[in-house]
Amino acid sequence: MSAVAEERNTRAPWALTGPALMLFVGVLLVPLAMTVMLSFHDWGQYKGIEPVFILKNWKEIATDPYYAEMFWRTFRIAILTTLLTALLGAPEAYILNRMSGRWKSFFLLVILGPLLISVVARTLGWALLFGGNNGLVNKLLMSAGAIRFPIPFMFTETGMVVALAHVMMPFMVLSVWAALQRLDPQIENAAMSLGAGPLTIIRRIIMPQIMPGVLSGAIIVFSLSASAFATPAIIGGRRLKVAATLAYDEFLNTLNWPLGAAVATLLLVALVLIVVGSNALIERRYAEVFR
Amino acid sequence: MSRNGPLALIFHTIFVIVMVAPILVVCLVAFTPEGFLSLPTNGFSLRWFRTIAQYPEFIHAFWVSLGLGALSSFVALLFAVPAALAIARYRFRGRDALAALFLSPLMIPHVVLGIAFLRFFTSAGLGGSFAALIIAHVIIVFPFALRLTLAAATGMDRTVEMAAVSLGAGGWTLFRRVTLPLILPGVISGWALAFIQSFDDLTMTVFLAAPGTETLPVRMFLYIQDNIDPLVTSVSACVIAVTMTALILLDRFYGLDRVLAGKGDTGR
Repeated sequence: MSAVAEERNTRAPWALTGPALMLFVGVLLVPLAMTVMLSFHDWGQYKGIEPVFILKNWKEIATDPYYAEMFWRTFRIAILTTLLTALLGAPEAYILNRMSGRWKSFFLLVILGPLLISVVARTLGWALLFGGNNGLVNKLLMSAGAIRFPIPFMFTETGMVVALAHVMMPFMVLSVWAALQRLDPQIENAAMSLGAGPLTIIRRIIMPQIMPGVLSGAIIVFSLSASAFATPAIIGGRRLKVAATLAYDEFLNTLNWPLGAAVATLLLVALVLIVVGSNALIERRYAEVFR
Repeated sequence: MSRNGPLALIFHTIFVIVMVAPILVVCLVAFTPEGFLSLPTNGFSLRWFRTIAQYPEFIHAFWVSLGLGALSSFVALLFAVPAALAIARYRFRGRDALAALFLSPLMIPHVVLGIAFLRFFTSAGLGGSFAALIIAHVIIVFPFALRLTLAAATGMDRTVEMAAVSLGAGGWTLFRRVTLPLILPGVISGWALAFIQSFDDLTMTVFLAAPGTETLPVRMFLYIQDNIDPLVTSVSACVIAVTMTALILLDRFYGLDRVLAGKGDTGR
């Protein structure tokens, strides 16, 4: 059996992928379809879930301003987190890339390592640092003269954005880092030899080339922030709800599963549309970079 | 190669401090000798690590997490290795769609997956069971297992296989004696990365876990929701230690930059 013959064999790949395919259809696609169905079912305090087809939950989400406010808060937090990671992560990736070998891999490990450390532990760290109005962060900022009065971080959107940005930062650094690896360092030298200053080089040479990296990092950070659960739940507390924590409440506290399923379905559809749409936009805009 | 200026280095220093600070502060507070949240300024103490022993639910949750991570990553590999070999070697109709399907758990928010699995397993009569947790975790760690195995299978030298075939090896022998040893570093790294993902998952598991099958992140989360005290920092310090061990293993076997660089591409 030669390699060529092996590649012409049409049954073998399906035999090899078959078990995984069945697993994914049976335990991923079916449950997802069931969730979408669930969002059309009725629910009552005493009667429980009734398997009928109605638009009650969707009407409630569309008309009750509580849900509009909650979704707007979710996306506002995600957008601010994305901006913060881009503004800080892109320069850091650039600085990292200019370091010499040993330091470069050491700091890359320090910055990317947290990606694999429990989100609960990382968010707990921020809860400790924020710790009420006289937490470490506020003490530091006040003694540095940056602020006059303590900023409330716990149970606020500010705190959520700071902690989320920390959780998501490795994704942005990684994405810009990957873009920097494709960059030809000779272009920078050529610009310098033609008399461009460091700022001009960054603005005219580096920025346009790493922009696709920043944007694809932004998509990852945005979609993960918009669906984040642990950080908003711990920093935001019980009252400041985002989509994921609201769905959790509907499922495990109120027990209104159909409404929770509708919130989750809407979140999924919104995210898929945003991610697919912006991916297409980026690829069209920067087609020459991806070639 | 141009060097970073002083301004860049100041930015870099602050950046690294901020990245490390939350993790460091958790580990430091864990060693406090006081009965309340504080940095250990009056010497280090292990009292809060000893306190963990008085909370059997944390110990139990730790074993659940460990068993769940190890088992679900192993099962995921049983499905992922053949799938990776097929995707790496054959050009067949539907190949791209299959690969996209297998990587899709990365794109679907874990809160949606948690809800879908809760609905599914409850109607299947498996709600809150360990079996349901295993199956759900197999799905969420599958992309990581597949990705690293796929990288190993794509980069493999096929001539060794051909030599084995010419010497009469075939089927199972060929896989067990030639192919598997060649892709083993990728498979082991895939297992380790999958283990970490399973071990750390909160968002999906919080929907599925019942008393008795609560994993450590779920237990910690429920505890933090009530109050934050030094106990939960010492538990977190233990979790960080486990993850660090897996990280170092991963770095030795495979190179952490390769693992993470592969992970970063997933959003595209």
